[in-house]
Amino acid sequence: MQTKFKVGQAGRIVAVVLVLLFLMWGNDRLNPFIVGLLHVWGINVILAVSFNLIYGYTGQFSLGHAGLAAVGGYTIALLTMSPETKQLIYLLEPCVWPVSEIQLPFVAALLVSGLLGAVVGFLIGVPALTLRGDYLVIATLGFSEIIRLFFVNTPGLCNGALGLKNVPTQAGLGWTWGLAILTILVTKALVDSSYGRALRAIREDEVAAEAVGVNLSYHKLMSFVVSAFFAAVGGALLVELWGSVDPSVFTTAFNTGVITIVVLGGVGSITGSVIAAGIFTGVSELLRAAEYPRTVFGIDLPAMPGLRTFLFACLLLLLILYYRRGLMGRRELSWDAIASRVQSWMKRRTS
Amino acid sequence: MALSDLAQYVANAIALGSIYALVAIGYNVVYGIVKLMNMSHASIFMLASFLAMWGVYRYSIPMWISFPVALLVVAALNVVIESVAYRPLRGFRISAYTSAVAVGVMIENFVVFVLTSVPKGFPRPGFVTGVFDVRGITLPMVTLITIPAAAILFLSLFYLTRRTRIGKAMRAISEDMETASLMGVEVNRVISFAFGLSAVYAAAGAFLWGWRFPVVTPFIGAMPGLKAFIAAVMGGIGSLTGSLVGGFVLGLAEVMLVAVFPRLSGWRDALAYILLIAFLLLRPGGIFNIRLEEEKV
Repeated sequence: MQTKFKVGQAGRIVAVVLVLLFLMWGNDRLNPFIVGLLHVWGINVILAVSFNLIYGYTGQFSLGHAGLAAVGGYTIALLTMSPETKQLIYLLEPCVWPVSEIQLPFVAALLVSGLLGAVVGFLIGVPALTLRGDYLVIATLGFSEIIRLFFVNTPGLCNGALGLKNVPTQAGLGWTWGLAILTILVTKALVDSSYGRALRAIREDEVAAEAVGVNLSYHKLMSFVVSAFFAAVGGALLVELWGSVDPSVFTTAFNTGVITIVVLGGVGSITGSVIAAGIFTGVSELLRAAEYPRTVFGIDLPAMPGLRTFLFACLLLLLILYYRRGLMGRRELSWDAIASRVQSWMKRRTS
Repeated sequence: MALSDLAQYVANAIALGSIYALVAIGYNVVYGIVKLMNMSHASIFMLASFLAMWGVYRYSIPMWISFPVALLVVAALNVVIESVAYRPLRGFRISAYTSAVAVGVMIENFVVFVLTSVPKGFPRPGFVTGVFDVRGITLPMVTLITIPAAAILFLSLFYLTRRTRIGKAMRAISEDMETASLMGVEVNRVISFAFGLSAVYAAAGAFLWGWRFPVVTPFIGAMPGLKAFIAAVMGGIGSLTGSLVGGFVLGLAEVMLVAVFPRLSGWRDALAYILLIAFLLLRPGGIFNIRLEEEKV
C-alpha cells in the first residue's frame, strides 16, 4: 500500500454531484414510473436514516416516527396550498383564518415543516426520553397516536378525517435526493463526532455511559430532535409526492415499513439503510402491481389487497428471527473500503 | 343529569371496562411471564371475531359451535406463534417486540387478503339483542350479559393462578424464570400455556365486543387492543388485579367524558392516550404502583 490519496473524499463528492446531475436531468426525461420509484426511494432513505439515528445509534426504540412524519406532511400541505383550494376542500368546517390565507413558497414551507417537526420532537422527547425500554416504546406510540387524533379532530384546521388533497406537487427528484443526501451527511457527521461516540455509549450501556460523564438526557434529546426534523422533512416530501394527505396513512403500518428497512439494512449502518430502502421500494412497487387483478399464463388471478403488507411483515419477521445483523450489520460501504478492496484485488492479480 | 341516566352510564362503563379488562389480562399474563409487550394481541382479538363470523356466515355452522371453535383455533395459533416467533428471541426484548409487531401486521393483512376490508356483520345470538327495562333505566341486554360473563372469567382466572398447579408454575416463572426452571418447572410448556390462555381471554373479549358493536373488519382489533393495553399499563403491567381496575377506570373515564362533554366525543381515544402518558410519566407502576424490573433490552 503505497498511496494514501483521498479516494474517499473525492469519490464522495464526485458521486454526489453525478447522482444529483443525473436526477435533475432525468426528472423530466425518465419514465414517470421510474421517477416515482426514485422519489419514494429517496424519501424512504430520509425516513430510514433518521430512524436509524435514534434506533441504531442511540439505542432508543421509538414509535413516534409516524406522528412526526405526519406533522411535516400536514404542515407543508397547509402552507403550500393556495387560499382558493383551501376554500374548495374544507367541507366539514371552513378553514380557520390565518391558515386559510397563508401560502408560502415550497422551500420556506419545507423548512417550516422540518422545524415544526423538530419542535414537536422536542416536546415529545423531553418527557418521553426519561423513560426506558418498554415504557419509551409505549409512550412514543401514545404521542404518535395523539398527533394523529389531533388531525382527525380538528376539521377547521386539518379537515378532519377527510384529509387534504390537491396539494401542489413542486418537489423534483433533485430536491428529494438532495435532502436525502443532506440527511445522510448530517447523520454521518453527527455519528462520527464526539456526540456520536456519546450516543453509541448510551446504546451499549446507559449506566456506564452516565458514569463516565455522558449527559444522558441531553444526548438522547439531541439525537431525537435531529431525527424528528428529518422525519418531518420525509413526511413533507411524501405529501408533496402524493399531492394529498390523510390521517390514516400515519399508523403503525408506516412505522413497520421504516423499521423493516432499518433492520434489513443493518441496525446502525447508514449505507445499509440506503441500500435496503432501495430494495424495499422496488419490491414494494412490484408487489403493488401484483395486488391488482390480472391474468398470468391463462390463470385469472383475483385482486389481492393486503398481500404487499402481509409479505413485508413476513419479511420483517424472518429478518428479526434469522438475519438480525441485516445486510450490512454495523459496517458502512465507503469509497475507501471499495478502493482498498480493489487495490488488494489488483495486487493479488499482479503478484 | 338524571339518576337513571347516571345508572345507564355506569352500567355501560362497567360493561365496556370489563371487556377492556378481559383483553388486558391477555397482555398481562404474557408480560408477567416473558416480559414481552405482545403487540400482536390486538390482531388475535380481531382474528377470533373474524373466525367466529366466518364459520357462521360462510360455512353455516351454528353459533354455539362456531364461537368455541374460533376460540380454540386462536388459542392454538397463539401457542404456535410463540414457539416460532418469540421463543428464539427470548432475552432480546426489542427484537421480540419488533417480531410481535410483525406478527400483528401479518395476521391483520392476511385477513384483509381473505376478507378484503369490506365490513361484515358479526353474528349475534337472539338473547343478546334485546333491551332490558327496569324502572325507566333502559339497558341493552348485551350489557347485562357482559358483566356476569366477565365476572365468571375473572374468577376462573383467579382460581387458575392461585389454586392450580399450572397457575402456580406461571407465578413462579414470573417471579424468577431461572429458579423456577431449576425447581423442575417446565418453563416452555408453561409459557405455551400462558400464550394460549392469553388468546382465550382475547377471544372472549372479542365476542363480547362483537355483540356490543356488531361489525367485523380486519382493523377492529386496533382500538380495543390499544385501549386494553392502556388499561394494563394503568393497572400496573404484569398485575392481574391491576388489569381489572385499569379496565374499569378507563371505561368509566371514557363514558363519563362523552356523557359530561358531548362535544369532546371525538377526543375519546385521545383521552386514553393522555391517560397512558400521564401514568407512564407520573406513576409508571400503575394505580397499585407495581415495580417493573429494569432490564437491558
